[in-house]
Amino acid sequence: MNNLHIKNGRVIDPVNQRDEIADIFVTDGRISNMPPAGKCETLDASGLVVAPGLIDIHVHLREPGQSHKETIATGTRAAAAGGFTSVVAMPNTSPTADSSATITWLRERAKANACVNVFCTGAITKGLAGEELAPFGALAAAGVVALTDDGHCVQNHEVMRRAVEYARMFNLPVMDHCQDYSLVGDGVMHEGEWSLRLGLPGWPRMGEEMIVSRNIMLAELCQSPIHCQHISSGGSVRLLREARKRGVPVSGEVCPHHVALTDATLKTFDTNFKMNPPLRAEEDVEAILEGIADGTLNILCSDHAPHASYEKEVEFDRAPFGITGLETEFSTFCDLLVHKRKVISLQRLIELYTLEPAKLLRLDRGTLSVGAPGDVTLIDPDREWTFDKSASQSLSHNTPFDKHTWKGRAVTTIVSGKIVWQAGR
Amino acid sequence: MKTWTRKDLIGLDDLSTEEIQFLLDTATAFKGVGERSLKKVPALRGKTLVNFFVEPSTRTRTSFEIAAMRLSADVVNITATASSLQKGETLKDTALNLQALHADIIVLRHSSAGSPRFLADRLESSIINAGDGSHEHPTQGLLDIFTMRQKHGRIAGLNVLIVGDILFSRVARSNIHGLVKLGAKVTLVGPTTLVPAGFEKLGVRVAHRLDDVLEEADVINLLRIQHERQRKEYFPGLGEYVSLFGLTKARAARLKPGCLIMHPGPINRGVEIDSEVADGAGSVILEQVTNGIAVRMAVLYLCAGGAGLPT
Repeated sequence: MNNLHIKNGRVIDPVNQRDEIADIFVTDGRISNMPPAGKCETLDASGLVVAPGLIDIHVHLREPGQSHKETIATGTRAAAAGGFTSVVAMPNTSPTADSSATITWLRERAKANACVNVFCTGAITKGLAGEELAPFGALAAAGVVALTDDGHCVQNHEVMRRAVEYARMFNLPVMDHCQDYSLVGDGVMHEGEWSLRLGLPGWPRMGEEMIVSRNIMLAELCQSPIHCQHISSGGSVRLLREARKRGVPVSGEVCPHHVALTDATLKTFDTNFKMNPPLRAEEDVEAILEGIADGTLNILCSDHAPHASYEKEVEFDRAPFGITGLETEFSTFCDLLVHKRKVISLQRLIELYTLEPAKLLRLDRGTLSVGAPGDVTLIDPDREWTFDKSASQSLSHNTPFDKHTWKGRAVTTIVSGKIVWQAGR
Repeated sequence: MKTWTRKDLIGLDDLSTEEIQFLLDTATAFKGVGERSLKKVPALRGKTLVNFFVEPSTRTRTSFEIAAMRLSADVVNITATASSLQKGETLKDTALNLQALHADIIVLRHSSAGSPRFLADRLESSIINAGDGSHEHPTQGLLDIFTMRQKHGRIAGLNVLIVGDILFSRVARSNIHGLVKLGAKVTLVGPTTLVPAGFEKLGVRVAHRLDDVLEEADVINLLRIQHERQRKEYFPGLGEYVSLFGLTKARAARLKPGCLIMHPGPINRGVEIDSEVADGAGSVILEQVTNGIAVRMAVLYLCAGGAGLPT
């Protein structure tokens, strides 16, 4: 079972510093150094890159409670179609993933319905209310890989301090959606020329930077890692760069929309361009690209946030924040970072999606080392393709990237030696 | 420009200089209709106009209603409390129902910026923006500019002060876009919190001391200040506002002869404008209201594809 022979591909495995034409074998679902004995499927990877399975650490699968937006089945199919073998699910479900019972339910549900690996996060505070700590010990025992109140942000610094201190006991990183509520207010788009022009309430950069600063101080004080989610502001990049230089255990992630799009796209009031944090200005895009280039920002992810069309198709300020992204993120980054702007190499792009997230969350994945789970993504870095949202695997189609064309695509997704997705030509 | 091609009026930011001038010229042609004893032309006979006001308004709604009746259109008024939006129906569904009832024109007032655009993208009916959040109020902007042009004979080169809460004002935005396109020199005046940095990018000048810029004005347009409805952190109170930005009698005395004093209404006597100044010689506040009918007739007529300009 789950035996595979991947032939003649260009193997890029950052953990082992490999970049060479070679064959990769999977025996009984794990990477092996010789062809599996017995029945074995063969894949010809000539002209393709053979990479460790990609990991997206920021995904909303919407189960339990919001299965009209997405389910574990549809969300993981979208992940597979985007080249991802592992996703990390956010806890803002209904009920909130703040108890071992919900985590256990989720893991069982994933075992039955998911076509890629699903890792769970637990809430920092009960009900994401920012007041009382969730039971980290029970959540850790149930198998969460991190703690986050994503979608919300703990405003009380004392509560956040104790959370970070307490999480250290379980070796769990804390991931934070950085948003100062008093500064952001009812902001729905970047505060700048376009918010003034459109008359929409502004979401200032400082609303993110204030909490990034707070998190840097707390990570330093508690000597426990804090990961800042979906960085959108150039100021946040500068803060993180300085802190990481001093050895503070903070990190930051980037979503494709924050480098591919700016606030000017909101001029048509299309709610498929509304997300939190919002699209910002050109100068923020440039600062984020610099942060990716110099390693300040070391993880890429989607913040895949599906919403039903009837929920999104309302007045701009009333529409929910968020866009889908699993199927388009790798191509967006490959096209922009590797081809167009030449910010990083293809090898580094793969690192940002494998080695780095696996290191942050202490996952036994993100490598093609012998004995590791047989998660592999085949990539054609030069393939041009056009995304059509009507062909999306996700249950929801709230994407700003419909009909976009990119160069670079994940073409085959393999989980534990089993092919779960192959892109048509 | 000979023909009008838009079915909707969303904002003056979208319009070309020629389109704005064409609207103003058409309004001039319609102004005479209101001065006749028989104030009616058959231009929109058989067309149905729905005044769909999701946010309260009396002046604008009445003005649209009179404009539509003078064009012989049938008019229906719907307010938020009477509409299905109260029962949880979405804006899109309510509007689709209005279209199914053969509304040729929907005049929308809504608290959410962008909602007229949202409907225009989805409906065949003409959508006229009667004010959307802090975004635009294009017919107010047009009637202000129409009044300035009528009194001064031109717009290009005029020094226009817009005073007050610019940040939250749709009237200010429509005025800015229209006036800048027609070549006026626009200065925004107000507290730094309500006229934040960044507005210069719209082609205007920003000032925070009314006394420094008062004497050069050809037009001073005062916006309504609503301290009670606004977040209190923007300025300390009405008393301080009046002392810094109110058009007091003393300030009005320093205005150039012929400077127009304008206000989109409803005015707060004694706040943004002194009571006697509002009723005084330079004030054209009530003429703005009258001109609003001609401007809205022009907008309805052009967007709904009416036939036969008045002669």
